[in-house]
Amino acid sequence: MTDAALIWSYLASKPLLWLCATLFAYWAGDAIFRRSGRKPWANPVMIAVILLAVLLGLTGTEYQSYFEGAQFVHFMLGPATVCLAVPLQANLGAVRRALVPIVVALLAGSFTAVFSALAIAWAFGADTALLAALAPKSATAPVAIGISESLGGAPTLTAVLVLLTGMIGAIFVTPMLNALGLKDWRARGFATGVAAHGIGTARAFQVHDTAGAFASIGMGLNAVLTAFLAPLVLRLFL
Amino acid sequence: MVGALAIILLFQLAGEVISRAGHLPLPGPVLGMVGLVVALSVSTRLRELIRPTAQGVLQNLSLLFVPAGVGVVAHMPTLASYGVALGVALVVSTLLAIVVGAVTFTWVARLVGSRADD
Repeated sequence: MTDAALIWSYLASKPLLWLCATLFAYWAGDAIFRRSGRKPWANPVMIAVILLAVLLGLTGTEYQSYFEGAQFVHFMLGPATVCLAVPLQANLGAVRRALVPIVVALLAGSFTAVFSALAIAWAFGADTALLAALAPKSATAPVAIGISESLGGAPTLTAVLVLLTGMIGAIFVTPMLNALGLKDWRARGFATGVAAHGIGTARAFQVHDTAGAFASIGMGLNAVLTAFLAPLVLRLFL
Repeated sequence: MVGALAIILLFQLAGEVISRAGHLPLPGPVLGMVGLVVALSVSTRLRELIRPTAQGVLQNLSLLFVPAGVGVVAHMPTLASYGVALGVALVVSTLLAIVVGAVTFTWVARLVGSRADD
């Protein structure tokens, strides 16, 4: 074997290479996102995923060996979910003042997100595993991945669907709600957090502070509700 | 920082144990989050200890989606054969959920007289 091949076979067997590549790809994605003026279409995760997918294709690396390295980043999704308690607790006062609208809008928005997605995919003939991966797509990624796993869906497919959901919400929410003439920032933010999780929440913070705060509340509450709702609604389509 | 991380992991661990022991539909980290909300409401000291670390983690939340997102390479056949179905399902359901949520919130807020502060 040549030296280069020896070095490659060492790197390919250790987690260091793909851990490093994951961090650099995200760093690059984030730089492009900032340079674009934080446009929703320049989502840093999407850019990082494309860069890494191309890199895996060029080096002929299987996803499994990539994940050996990237699992250290993936592991942090659990603790990150627990960390959502901090903004949620900080906004408990605002939640209490608008409790009734929050509860009703949460139920309506969350059910609409799960039911309409499953109904459409089911009408197109999607199989059970695909429906299971799709059901939790409006919940924040760490939670959606956990729900998908417990329903028998592919967690990696769910991750992609969650990202796309957030980007669709972030791109269309402002023009759409303007056209409908809805002016309550609490309502706009909350609905965005419920339907389009963290990416929608980030968008809401760019538009209005109150919208952003209510979006994080919506995202946090929907993470909990989707865990209950997704298995129940999924059963309707099996 | 180590203390905060240890406590965050402890809440996740407790959540996993309760979720598995009780066969609950909620993932362990979500239970851990609910538990931490309660604990933070009770203790100001815990709030001050956890906040900087939690904010640091949440500021880089998107990075954590990357490894699972790269899994798209393993699902190209599914995405190719169900591309239209998934595309229509995602766009329609996301936009519909935002409209239904925002309209419901606005109507119910008007009905119960809940006003925005600003």
